[in-house]
Amino acid sequence: MTAADATAGAATDPGVHPGGAPPRRVSGGLPVLGHLLELRRQPIELLSRAHAECGELAELRLARLPLVMLYGEEAQEAFFRAPEEQLDQAAAYPFMKPIFGEGVVFDAPPERRKEALRNQSLRDKQMRGHAEVIAHETERMVEGMGQQGEIDLLDFFAELTIYTSSACLIGKPFREELTPEFASVYHDLERGTDAIAYVNPHLPIPSFRKRDRARRRLVELVTEIMEARKRSGQAKGDLLDILMRVHHDDGRPRFSADEITGMFISMMFAGHHTTSGTAAWTLIELLRHPEYRASVVIELDQLYADGSEVSYHALREIPRLENAIKETLRLHPPLIVLMRKVLYDFHYKGWTVATGKLVGTSPAVSNRLPECFPDPERFDPTRYAEGREEDRLHPFGWIPFGAGRHRCVGAAFAMIQLKAIFSVLLERFEFDLTQPSETYRNDHSKMVVQLAQPCRVRYRRRPAKVQA
Amino acid sequence: MRVRVDLDLCQGHGTCAEEAPEVFAVDEKGSKVIVRMERPPEALRAKVKSAVRFCPTRALSLIED
Repeated sequence: MTAADATAGAATDPGVHPGGAPPRRVSGGLPVLGHLLELRRQPIELLSRAHAECGELAELRLARLPLVMLYGEEAQEAFFRAPEEQLDQAAAYPFMKPIFGEGVVFDAPPERRKEALRNQSLRDKQMRGHAEVIAHETERMVEGMGQQGEIDLLDFFAELTIYTSSACLIGKPFREELTPEFASVYHDLERGTDAIAYVNPHLPIPSFRKRDRARRRLVELVTEIMEARKRSGQAKGDLLDILMRVHHDDGRPRFSADEITGMFISMMFAGHHTTSGTAAWTLIELLRHPEYRASVVIELDQLYADGSEVSYHALREIPRLENAIKETLRLHPPLIVLMRKVLYDFHYKGWTVATGKLVGTSPAVSNRLPECFPDPERFDPTRYAEGREEDRLHPFGWIPFGAGRHRCVGAAFAMIQLKAIFSVLLERFEFDLTQPSETYRNDHSKMVVQLAQPCRVRYRRRPAKVQA
Repeated sequence: MRVRVDLDLCQGHGTCAEEAPEVFAVDEKGSKVIVRMERPPEALRAKVKSAVRFCPTRALSLIED
């Protein structure tokens, strides 16, 4: 850092902490790439080691970019409460820009971003309709599955959540225009999130080429849908219709197919791999814990014994199932590190994180802090039962959805979605693991964490319920 | 009882306004909660408790006098 930088940094926050100590550095790290390769190979081990070595603040390097990790409830609270003028999300995720495209979300100024993220479709009022759609989409997925068979958890849930998120966030007509190809191409996009993007998001590596091809193909698919709509001239009334109808004063369409695709990708992105992965891990954990699974099945059987609708119960409490989902989120958070770029010096206790560095927290590490979660490695859904409620007790420790002003806006939607999916699946089917339990694991080679394949389970249809 | 809001956490989801419309509303822009009654009457206790419990961002708390 030059002297000019230091002066400028101090000037933004005069007198409060005149230059605190820099954070301690984590061992290891290569001369040029820093800890980048380790982050791609064993991110959770790296992030835990950083905490063990350095304590509350630990500085890593992603290529040339320093990343200061904050650990423990107190430091994490400071991170989550910091204003976005100080800690900026956009600049921290360079691997997302080629996925979303120009002018979308992370490429837009903070004010526009704020508006865009305050997505109307995630409002409480919309949830009932969403629950119906999700139950219906899950029914459709299982319709052709017969009496018994096997599914791959990644493929199954990734496809299902493409349909649920497109139907809920963009509209049912658009969902009907999608094919399984959309889900598989979308998956290539998610795989294009190699952390090597911190060196350069456009390096000519296979996963980035595949990412760019996938994005072009999605634009083609959306273009085809738009052309078909123009030909038919029928109003569909969903978000795509609305966007297609916006024009410049001179009559030219305001949004290109590329821009619309970018908007749809970004709307679906946050809720897709996260929900898909959590659904898969919830099922795996339930199958690893047969006694608890049996108690969830009994809970659901009782709730639905009177023939009531999934869309009714998904909006209400299903305590045992919910607690299993929460415990799954604690042990397998879909995002293992959350980052921000420091726009002016960030002070914590006696330390200063200088302007220009990244700061981060790790849900994967935080969710297993023994001071918040006794016996942290154990799958124990009763942590969330009345009287314990470890998630509420530690709002800045239990952070699968982040916390504070940037807490996942889709958290409530995600819970409703998962409750609806499992209401359908566990009422219709029994499942068994087909692989040794420990072979179900995440692939951490990309920033978007996904289940490593194979990840298969066997299913058998339950005998139809006798109608009372 | 008193209602406290942590505005750092509120995202304007409006769950509280659904649970206890007498006590909570969402501002016009839909960005933050408005507390219409800081000291709700005892009769609304159950509703206020639901609002606190189901707030998706845990921005609400209920303080006993």
